[in-house]
Amino acid sequence: MNTEAILKGYEAKEENLLYILHDIQDAAEEHNLTDSELKKVADFLKIPVSRVNGVTGFYSMFSKRSRGKYIIRLCQSPPCYIKGSVNIYKTIKEYLNISENETTEDRLFTLEFSSCLGVCGLAPAVMINDDVYGNLTEKSIIEILNKYQNLEE
Amino acid sequence: MAGVPKLDVLICGGASCISNHSHDIKDTIHEELKKKGIEEDVRVIETGCMGPCELGPVMLVYPDKVFYQRLKPEDIGNIVENHFIKGRPVEEKILVSETTRAIIEKEQEDADFFKKQTKIVLSNCGRIDPENIEEYITENGYAAIGKILTSSNPDEVVETIKKSGLRGRGGGGFPTGRKWEFVKNAENDQKYVVCNADEGDPGAFMDRSVLEGDPHCIIEGMSIAAYAVGANKGYVYIRAEYPLAITRLEHALEQAREYGFLGENIFETGFSFDIEIRIGAGAFVCGEETALISSIEGGRGNPRPRPPFPAISGLWGKPTLLNNVETYANIRHIILNGWEWFSSIGTETSKGTKVFALSGKIKNTGLIEVPMGTTLRELIFDIGGGVPDGKKFKAVQLGGPSGGCVPEEYLDTPIDYETLIELGAMMGSGGVIVMDEDTCMVNTARFFLDFTKSESCGKCVPCRVGLVKLYDMLDKIVKGNGELEDLDKLESLCYSVKKTSLCGLGQTAPNPVLSTLKYFKNEYLEHIQDHTCRAKVCADLVTYTIIPEACRSCGICAKNCPVDCITGSKGVPYVINQDVCISCGTCYDVCPFDSIIKE
Amino acid sequence: MNLEELRKLREKGQREMMQRSDNAKYRIVVGMGTSGIAAGAREVLTTFIEEINSRKIKDVVVMQTGEKGYSSKEPVVEVFVHEEKEPVVYGNINPEKAKRIVTEHIVGGVIVEDYQVVFGD
Repeated sequence: MNTEAILKGYEAKEENLLYILHDIQDAAEEHNLTDSELKKVADFLKIPVSRVNGVTGFYSMFSKRSRGKYIIRLCQSPPCYIKGSVNIYKTIKEYLNISENETTEDRLFTLEFSSCLGVCGLAPAVMINDDVYGNLTEKSIIEILNKYQNLEE
Repeated sequence: MAGVPKLDVLICGGASCISNHSHDIKDTIHEELKKKGIEEDVRVIETGCMGPCELGPVMLVYPDKVFYQRLKPEDIGNIVENHFIKGRPVEEKILVSETTRAIIEKEQEDADFFKKQTKIVLSNCGRIDPENIEEYITENGYAAIGKILTSSNPDEVVETIKKSGLRGRGGGGFPTGRKWEFVKNAENDQKYVVCNADEGDPGAFMDRSVLEGDPHCIIEGMSIAAYAVGANKGYVYIRAEYPLAITRLEHALEQAREYGFLGENIFETGFSFDIEIRIGAGAFVCGEETALISSIEGGRGNPRPRPPFPAISGLWGKPTLLNNVETYANIRHIILNGWEWFSSIGTETSKGTKVFALSGKIKNTGLIEVPMGTTLRELIFDIGGGVPDGKKFKAVQLGGPSGGCVPEEYLDTPIDYETLIELGAMMGSGGVIVMDEDTCMVNTARFFLDFTKSESCGKCVPCRVGLVKLYDMLDKIVKGNGELEDLDKLESLCYSVKKTSLCGLGQTAPNPVLSTLKYFKNEYLEHIQDHTCRAKVCADLVTYTIIPEACRSCGICAKNCPVDCITGSKGVPYVINQDVCISCGTCYDVCPFDSIIKE
Repeated sequence: MNLEELRKLREKGQREMMQRSDNAKYRIVVGMGTSGIAAGAREVLTTFIEEINSRKIKDVVVMQTGEKGYSSKEPVVEVFVHEEKEPVVYGNINPEKAKRIVTEHIVGGVIVEDYQVVFGD
């Protein structure tokens, strides 16, 4: 769905801004918000582009950088930290050859951090797009990544 | 639920005991208890299969640990009279054997997990199908809103909540009824009711679980609040990290509208109310009420100074009632069972139950709900099963990044809002993170500061700059470069940040540092004076050495060393060049013969 | 909706609950909160449905619920047997274990003690 179609679904009220940005970002090929789209949103809501930019920059889930097909959100919460999320980070980093906020060369994965995914009982945990995986080990995270890689073949 | 039962009677409800008529035993016990007027003193619990099916029906009595076997209904009168009332167990029905002892031990652990819990907020979670409104209705759902709309005025509802003693479950513990009263008394033709479901505190996940497992109880709680304060519109602000909670709530809202529990003229009383969902986009600070309001309005989640409080000027400047998920989940139960019932549970200052999320180094992780006043030891050891792998308990972190770490010697403190603050922690949302001997407290403090400094919205200087400075000082200590005077500087900066920050985030962010300084100063001193980290976590203070006698010269360590600082050859033990070593620990992890020591 | 209609709906629900346990000998309930799903509950739910269908077992219903709070035991599965009030609670279930539960408990009528939840483990 393009931005115009998304905007049509909303009333031109500023309170809808976060919803609109989520929708545009989800629909975008590279899961990001570009300046041209933000301009359209600002015009639609009749607010300055700077304000739309301000909101985009404030929330960690919005990104202007282009991202991969699957966004890996590694939980950075204390329970995950205590249960070894650092090792999971290391494993992902080495396996996919990317660091925080980077995207793999094949544009398949982007690695990001989340403050807490709320599955602390199954720490360490990771969310890939909308799916959450818990009780991670260095072995299981690779199996999970493989599953997504195999979907592409 | 009034008072604490003196005895717990566990009757086996396994298939075999049931076929031996254990239900008749249970019914007879209830009858006898009623006859003697001691129903309040004895709690009868049906359990899963206890094991010794050939001896059934069997029954276990706590705290006496008496195991009765081959029971018949005619035995019960005798047992109730002599054992339950006079305290003399009926010997001829008791079985004493090795098997019994084993059963008692196992049942004790199982029983603690269930017995010490009192489920109000979580009563439907994991029991009903959250996507089927009729299951909620079957569990007395929407009866509370029906009751007040048809028989109480808003003043009476506010009064009930005030008398119940319910306090906000999101952190601060402000009396809920008083908050409702402020909003009710605020004069305005437009008011809002908001549910804070931006469960940001790492280590807490009860709000997600309630929204996913029992979404209608939030809708009902908010509707009751709306009626009480005079609002006709509600918002639930959920974090975007909870897609399943969002889907389930959306579905529940649709069903509630379809059945007429939301919309116009609810219960044919002329009361109208509807709820919309607003989702966040990954900002911890949005859990702070003024930041949350700004985010619902479509802006950056920047907090603003209070007063004015949202009760006077909230969403779009209108009087707004803000409570969190767990608070709303209590409401319908208070209406249905009465404030007297609710206020009979808990402590002097803190009524009802609290849901805690157990995580970290604990055997049974998960969500549990206990009466206020339960001790941390019961929470962690009886219900949580203690620390796994034979490790030693070190501290428990409560209240997330705003809370503090509590050491072993305070575990017997009954938990309520006040006692936790005295200990330097706080209730927060109820996250309980258990740490064992492998956790370094200085490093933990630094970890929390790393979290809060990156979540600071940047609006006020003490929080934006102060937290970075605090982090830097902790980082210096963790790296072994700390000086003694840093400790005083650290403490005084903590107090400055606390006093001068604009919102709750900055005001509480130094707590993890202050509480570790208070209870674990030794560890800070060891890092600074002895350059050691007793938990062997801080890489710069740990050295790895290969024990020559144990080394089999396989060379795997040298092959994996990222800085190539290990040398050796066949038949000659390998050696680490400590000048080059970065203490990454790779060699320690890969050595197949455990020949490397970490100290 | 008025109070009377709500009462009728509630009573209808309560009757159906009774009937449900009358008609179906077994009710398999899978905890489908995020914790359960993150531990693999979706695969477990699918396995139960597939196994029940492929073996053409009648009088069994498979249902979902939210999370009971036993995170360390996720995925959690409860089996309600119709004449009993309390379910058999199974923990840390995966598709393989789900198949064994169908074979031994649902078809064979014997509780798979190996997977039963024991706290304090």
